[in-house]
Order: sequence, then C-alpha cells, then structure tokens
Amino acid sequence: MNLGKQFKDGMLTQNPVLVQVLGMCSTMAITTSFFNGIGMGVAVTIILTLSNVIISAMRKIIPDKIRIAMFIVVIAGFVTCVDLSIQAFLPDLANSLGVFIPLIVVNCIILGRAEAFSYKNGMVASFFDGIFQGIGYTWVLLAMCIIREFLGGGTFGGGVLGAVNEAGQHVGIQIFPADYGIGMLTLPVGGFLVLAALIAAMQWALARPKKDKEESK
Amino acid sequence: MEIFKLLSITLGAILANNFIFSQFLGCCPFLGVSKKVDTAVGMGVAVTFVMGLASAVCFVVNKYILIPLDLAYMQTVAFILVIASLVQFIEMFLQKAMPALYTALGVYLPLITTNCAVLGVVLLNVQNGYNFIESVVYGITGGLGFLLAIVLFASIRERLVFADYPKCWDGFPIALITAGLMALAFMGFSGLKVW
Repeated sequence: MNLGKQFKDGMLTQNPVLVQVLGMCSTMAITTSFFNGIGMGVAVTIILTLSNVIISAMRKIIPDKIRIAMFIVVIAGFVTCVDLSIQAFLPDLANSLGVFIPLIVVNCIILGRAEAFSYKNGMVASFFDGIFQGIGYTWVLLAMCIIREFLGGGTFGGGVLGAVNEAGQHVGIQIFPADYGIGMLTLPVGGFLVLAALIAAMQWALARPKKDKEESK
Repeated sequence: MEIFKLLSITLGAILANNFIFSQFLGCCPFLGVSKKVDTAVGMGVAVTFVMGLASAVCFVVNKYILIPLDLAYMQTVAFILVIASLVQFIEMFLQKAMPALYTALGVYLPLITTNCAVLGVVLLNVQNGYNFIESVVYGITGGLGFLLAIVLFASIRERLVFADYPKCWDGFPIALITAGLMALAFMGFSGLKVW
C-alpha cells in the first residue's frame, strides 16, 4: 500500500474528472455556485468512501457475474441515506442540487472505482482510495464553481459568503458588477467550455515533463 | 388540452430542454460513444427504447407498489433495480431474437444501466407528477432528443480529425468545446413554447 502514490493519483495523475473523464454530468450541471460544489463534493466523497469499504469487504463473496448489480445496490443504499439526510438537514442544498443527488447512483466515478479498485484491493487501501478520489473530484468541482461564478457574475463564494438576499440565501462577495460578467458561463454552455479548458490544461501539464525527458535524451 | 400538453412535453424534451444540452443528463455515453455516426445511432436508438420502457415500468412500480406500501423513500433503489433488470432482459431478448442488432450494440448495451439520462427521466417523471401517458411520452421524446444530439455530435466529431488545433486539446477537450457550441445553438430553442 502506498498512500503517497494513491494521494497523487487521486489529485492529479488519475484524477477522476480531469484524467479518467468520469462523472461528467454532475460536474457540468451543478457547478454554478460555491455552495453546490462543496455540497456535491462532500456527498460524493462520503458515498464513495463508504461504498468502497463495503464492496472491498464483500469482494470475496460477490459472484463475478452479478457484481455490477451488487455494486449498484450497495451504492444506491448509501445514496438514499445521504439523499434523505440532505433533505432533512440542508433543504437549501437539496433544492439547488435537485435530481442530481439521487443521480449519484449512476455517477460513473463510484461504479468505476468499485470495479477498478475496491473489487481488487483490501479495505484500508479502498478506504483511502475513496477519500483521495473524492477529494480529487471535489477540488475540480470547486475550481469550476469558482471560475464560472467569478467570470459569469463577478461573485465569489455564492451560497456560503456575502450578503443575504430576500430568499435568505447568501449571494456571495461581489468583486465586480454582475453586468460586466460573461453571463454565458453560468448557463449550460459555460459548463462545457470551462471543463474543456481544465482538461486541456491538465493534458498540457501531464504531457510537459515527458516531453522534457524525451528532449534531454 | 391533453394533446397540447403532450406536444409541449415533446418539443421541450427534444429541443428546448434537451437532455444533454440543457440538463446535462447522459453526458458520459454522449462523450464516450460518439466517435462514429453508426455507433452513435445504435446507442441513441437503444437509449430511446430503454427510456420509454423504463418510464412505463417505473411509473407502474411507483404508483402500484411503492406508494401504497408507503415506500416512496426507496424510489432510487427500486428504480435503478428496475432499469438494471430491464437492460439485462433487453440484452437477452436481443441476443435471441435480433443477433445482428445485438452484436452491433455490443458493449454499449449494458452501459445503458449507468446512463444517468435513464434514471434521470424516471425521477423527473415522478418530480413533475406526470401521469402514465405523459411519462411514456416524456421518456420516448427525451430519448429522441438524446438521439438527435448524439448523431449531430458524432457527425461533427468525425470531421474534427481534419481540424487544426493545439495538441493539448486533443480528445475530450475539443469534443467538449464542440458540445458547448452545440449547446449554445440549442439555447436558441429556449423561447419555444406551446401553450
């Protein structure tokens, strides 16, 4: 078991969103405010960690042929728990994430990690894999939220910081007037474009050291 | 009135609220299975079929099993099980009855289980309070919207081979930019309303 490598894999070299390109739907759909990003990231991290541990614990008794169905049942159970908890304790978050909380069931990151990692590795390693992959997913969500919110409406930390509007929600700290923002980025189009830019930056960054080595040879 | 409501659901699901371009449901197969037009058509047709069938079955399961037994909180688990077994069933049926189509769809068929558009449409049916016919129409037209999007996208992507762009944009980033521009075009439909 190599914690350092697992950490680096989750954050960068095997980042679930930027490198493995899994779980695109939620990444693009809900990253319109800081609050959504944190909520979704934490929810996915918790579910991923729990399901990784349970699937790893059961990996020897799950028959190979019906493993996908078993994974989905385990994941759906945890998603239901988290969904009900969010509805009970954080109704604002439940409203703004809407159908995307139950849809964590079919988020490819969780099923992907179950199939690729926890079905083959021990419980402790799977536990850390869940946490690191979850944090890797969360930071990408937050990066997208910050970029889209700032360029789109000139605010920072929507839903968490700043003044409170009539609906009782924080609107975020206004850095420049909303009229000057690129409104398009807060619409679905912005999700595609910002994610494209982030993945391109990642590919550029990952390709660079290799190129240097090749040149030095 | 009924027919107008169905018409408005249809137009909404195919154009104005397209599952991919405005609701971000089903992005994984949309990006993964769109390198060639013919596989994209196969995937789109299969998804449309499963979405229509899943809408019908899940409506019945929800109305006649979950709600009378006061088990509405089990919706997510019940629906995903219905979808998974439905996909398995379709797979076995196609293998026996239409082996040609089965081999053409290949690995994409089991992948439909984890397509969030299918679970999404079922959950949205419940959330919007649609009745049986509306649910089925929403399921099928949502699938047609997906088919339209993935076929258009695949035909653009085939031409991207000849495009000249920086190396680090290779693969997904350039595909996402294309999808973004298509989403922008589809926003033109957002004023479309049938009352």
